[in-house]
Amino acid sequence: MSEKLTEDQIRHVAKLARLNCTDQEIATFTTQLAAILDYFDQLRELDTTDVEPLAHCLPIHNIFRPDQILPSLSNEQALANAPRRDGEFFSVPKILDDSNA
Amino acid sequence: MDVKLIAGLEIHVQLATKSKLFCGCKVGFEDPPNSNVCPVCLGLPGVLPLMNKKAYEYAVRTALALNCQMARFTKWDRKSYYYPDLPKNYQISQYDLPLSHDGYMEIPLEDGTTKKVRIIRAHLEEDAGKNLHEGLDHSRIDLNRTGTPLLEIVTEPDLNSPVECRILAQELQKLVQFLGVSEANMQKGHMRFEPNINLQIIDDDGREYRTPICEVKNLNSFRALERAVAYEEWRQLEEWKHDHDFTLEKMGKQNRGWNDARNETIFQREKEEAHDYRYFPEPDLVPVELDDDWLEKIKAALCELPLAMKQRFIQDYELNDYDAGVLTADRATAEFFDGAVKAGGSAKRAANLVTQFGLKTAHERNCRVNELGVTVEQVAQLAQLVEEGAVSSSAAITIFEKMLTDESDPKAIAEKHNLIQQSDAGALEAIVDEVIAANLQAAEEVKSGGKKAKKARGFLMGQVMQKTKGQANPKIAGELLDGKLKE
Repeated sequence: MSEKLTEDQIRHVAKLARLNCTDQEIATFTTQLAAILDYFDQLRELDTTDVEPLAHCLPIHNIFRPDQILPSLSNEQALANAPRRDGEFFSVPKILDDSNA
Repeated sequence: MDVKLIAGLEIHVQLATKSKLFCGCKVGFEDPPNSNVCPVCLGLPGVLPLMNKKAYEYAVRTALALNCQMARFTKWDRKSYYYPDLPKNYQISQYDLPLSHDGYMEIPLEDGTTKKVRIIRAHLEEDAGKNLHEGLDHSRIDLNRTGTPLLEIVTEPDLNSPVECRILAQELQKLVQFLGVSEANMQKGHMRFEPNINLQIIDDDGREYRTPICEVKNLNSFRALERAVAYEEWRQLEEWKHDHDFTLEKMGKQNRGWNDARNETIFQREKEEAHDYRYFPEPDLVPVELDDDWLEKIKAALCELPLAMKQRFIQDYELNDYDAGVLTADRATAEFFDGAVKAGGSAKRAANLVTQFGLKTAHERNCRVNELGVTVEQVAQLAQLVEEGAVSSSAAITIFEKMLTDESDPKAIAEKHNLIQQSDAGALEAIVDEVIAANLQAAEEVKSGGKKAKKARGFLMGQVMQKTKGQANPKIAGELLDGKLKE
């Protein structure tokens, strides 16, 4: 049922994931991803008519914490591993497209 | 030509939990940058999110108030996101099984009618941090806000004017404040709006056009929301007039930003580019199941909603629309006023006392009406004193002021400060007679009904007031005076 993956599709997926891939890598990933998709084709052969869709692999639900404030890291600790900082802030290359979630 | 605006709203409301959605960091607005952060909200490797129960319950409470269908089984998903204000590179949100769906909200329109706006869904997700780059060659990142619980509410495109969009937003603010699930403070960015807008145009030949749907991102005030929708309404019609190929089929959707200073929206990108969020189930969170007991418990926390309360005040208490609106602007005021009426106070008088003195004083003291130290019973009694004519409206304000520091009942306060009106007709009649006898000329002027009559009557009333030290019930004294000067 699955159609053959194209290199353009891999390039598109790489772009969505913000990955820069060489032509060689694109070729390799195209083959590898196609092999993975083949496994899904094998799964398709199973009859799942009476199987409930699974949202999570663990058979548990309703795990919560109470609304309670716990200590945070200090500003110094928070920034300790930052590649670049600007005072109390993390510093990154300027973001032009300021789109929030 | 017939042009119809079609708009839907996506609204993010920050929920009023103390801690974040998936970790115990404090939700704080003015704290120093990157001080309310931990390995979970910093997105460090190997950490696990753990959901805040209160955030989920607040979300359910709000969805119930929005008349939504509640999902008995809900789960969270990862939405790919590549900005440094959410360093995990995904946002934990809800995709195909949101916690609620298919509701509606009723909004009051300016013509006095109400309109039902359908809600597609309301779901719980995490906020991103803040990027700051004003005047810098790089961006500063503050992750204090990262992981703050947000309720995302999406309406059907049932709104047909900029004003309707604004009213819905304001009603929603009132609603979440009433419910106690959000401070909904606009200055603190607790509510953000993203309207999607297009036009349905039927030209003179009866041909129908639909302009491209534009989503305006991240508006954080009611004013900006209304103006952005109004701008889009104008812009899209202009573009279509210029080129009839300016249609949804030919141009697709796009995202635009709002420039408040220039009062216009600015093209950001075609929507299709950004559309591939590649959602997949969040493996680090287990699903939530909402059973009957729990649902009933959350329902019990629901209160009467502001619009219903306003309508009840108008119908049952015979308040005018304006007063009912002022009194239901926040829950504390509404319940305080309602309590005073239920404790036996005249609704009209209690409304005057609360709106004219209570709210003003509460505002000066930066507190709520119910925190002034005056009980609803005191206000009820005071309202009754005014209603019975025992004290004048202005004396009532003086008594209210004294009640702030005096716990006595209002009648005792009125007596202590000589604020009881002289309403005994017999005693007043003697005073009126006395005044007329002493001012025969003025009395004649009133009787003759000439030019000077009005002024002369005012003079005589003034004399009566002076003789009673201002305590004569003006209505009764006036009637006595008029009766005697008629013949």
